Amino acid sequence: MEMVQRPHARNLVRFAANHPELLVLSADLTSSCEADDFRETYPARFFSFGMAEQNMVGFAGGLAREGFVPYVHTFAVFICRRALDQVAMSIAYPNLRVRLIGFLPGVTTPGGVTHQAIDDVALMRALPNMTVTDCGDATDVESVLDAVHPVDGPVYVRMLRGEVPRLFPRDEPLQIGKARTLRRGTDLAVITSGICTEEAVRAIAAAERRGLSATHLHVSTLKPFDDPQVIDAVQTARLGVITLENHSTIGGLGSATAELMAGAGVGRKLVRLGLRDCYAHGASRTYLMREYGLDALGLLRAIEELAGESLGVREEDLAAAEPPEPVRGGVVEDL
Amino acid sequence: MTRHNGTADDWQARAARMARGVRRRVLEHTLRNNGGYLSQACSSAEILAALYLKVMRLGPSQGPLVPGPFVATPRAGELRAFTGADYNGQRAPELDRFIFSPVHYALVLYSALIEVGRLGDCALDDFNKDGSTLEMIGAEHSPGHEITAGSLAQAISQAGGIALARKLRGDTGRVWVFMSDGEFQEGQTWEAFAALSYHSVDNLGVYIDANGQQCDGKIDDVMRIEPLRARLEAFGARVEEVDGHDLEALASAGEGFAPGRPLAVICRTDPCRGLALLEERRPRLHYVRFKSEAEREAYRRALVDLSEA
Repeated sequence: MEMVQRPHARNLVRFAANHPELLVLSADLTSSCEADDFRETYPARFFSFGMAEQNMVGFAGGLAREGFVPYVHTFAVFICRRALDQVAMSIAYPNLRVRLIGFLPGVTTPGGVTHQAIDDVALMRALPNMTVTDCGDATDVESVLDAVHPVDGPVYVRMLRGEVPRLFPRDEPLQIGKARTLRRGTDLAVITSGICTEEAVRAIAAAERRGLSATHLHVSTLKPFDDPQVIDAVQTARLGVITLENHSTIGGLGSATAELMAGAGVGRKLVRLGLRDCYAHGASRTYLMREYGLDALGLLRAIEELAGESLGVREEDLAAAEPPEPVRGGVVEDL
Repeated sequence: MTRHNGTADDWQARAARMARGVRRRVLEHTLRNNGGYLSQACSSAEILAALYLKVMRLGPSQGPLVPGPFVATPRAGELRAFTGADYNGQRAPELDRFIFSPVHYALVLYSALIEVGRLGDCALDDFNKDGSTLEMIGAEHSPGHEITAGSLAQAISQAGGIALARKLRGDTGRVWVFMSDGEFQEGQTWEAFAALSYHSVDNLGVYIDANGQQCDGKIDDVMRIEPLRARLEAFGARVEEVDGHDLEALASAGEGFAPGRPLAVICRTDPCRGLALLEERRPRLHYVRFKSEAEREAYRRALVDLSEA
């Protein structure tokens, strides 16, 4: 699997070249949020706000009212928790074209509970006017800024940083409101987002070898959440539906799917995988994904439960059958 | 342009009449509705008069004298939503902008807009009525309001963004912000002043109604903000401190800009000015609701005095 280094850093500089109205606002996490290349390239369009997110969000609203498009860069928790009232009143209510680029989704950081955004999708989905996107691979990261550019209103972008795998072809960019169909099957519908999609690809391949087929959708737009592919997949799933997300099971992909199914009157069993109404703690991504069942094995166990049978897949089978796991050890995560 | 071109005495006489008119209208309204933000009118009437008649360079109002009803909040593709900023004139590079922060003073601002002819004489009839945009706590569709500032201390940051954008664009017009002193308890206010100084936003001026009052009572008893001048200076602001009922001092403080620094004008005000009866309600002055018919009658007599003055 191709691993891409700092795709957002390069993409931001590329994208900014053709968008002179783009400004970057940062709160003391500039290189941690991969805005450092932009700062070097366009110093006059870069604004440092220090550790003061509430004010930064307000300035972003004011700049947007004047026709600039501020790209606010910081960790997702500091946008969605610390400055929630400011995001709601200074950006979302007036429907301003501000792009909120939130880093460290869920358990992607060993920084512990203060740095892990496990509720950001829920909080941003709840705000009227807000569009919510979530990146799952390097292609998503490289195309999300173009994809959200036409959106007439605020957008929350759940961003990945550092070494990011490429799961999707370069020439198939992220599209707002459109899931990627990664596999088609009739037994199950598996709907995933963010870094969990990579895990699900492995698990579904293993399940298929044992005779269970699934339609697998990768969702990159959490709001609006009205892609007909979702209901189509759900309706044809004989055994039921599983959602898997690097987020709380409350308010994110699983909730959005449940709301859609209920609204459409589709009666299917729905298993929502994610952080089950709990906080995580500081440890490696691999460790935490295993602990909270966000990885391929966690999904396989849920598939077995739904199917009512053991598929006999062991951890070794998963690892052996799939492309080598990207090397993440040795990369020191800065905060 | 509403900027007065006559002699100093002319504009001050007019501003004094306007301030009296603001107090009278707010008191009338409070009597009619058995409640209102009365002390805010008493403390800020001269500040708003000086801003509208002398300090701010605004074009003529673009809004109807009788404001339209509420139609919609801002949304993508929603073309019916309108802005209360229309009442402060068109946008132009050389014109000023007015950002109103403590929007529970909305009744005071509506009254001021009537006094300067930007709202019709009967506009307050719709105040706080269902379906009206003259809301009790103003939002950005309310006359005179450009942003939705009811969550206090958010306006200064948004005004900072507007001012920064105008600097980047080379506009010569300034951005004026009206704030209340209670907002200086919010951390965001200080984040904003740090950023305004750091980014040399010197086209933004803040008039602070320092009436020493907040919802729970006297600011000093709730949470101290003093020494406000020293604090603001420490954050890099150019500070003027004036008697907030002295029209001449209020007007000249607006000339106090210094290169690279935001301007803060601390207006020391009396929340009972022009309505001595209010003194009896200290220290709780935030919202006035009459406790008895006798009290209401006393305020009725005060209204007669204010109207004849």
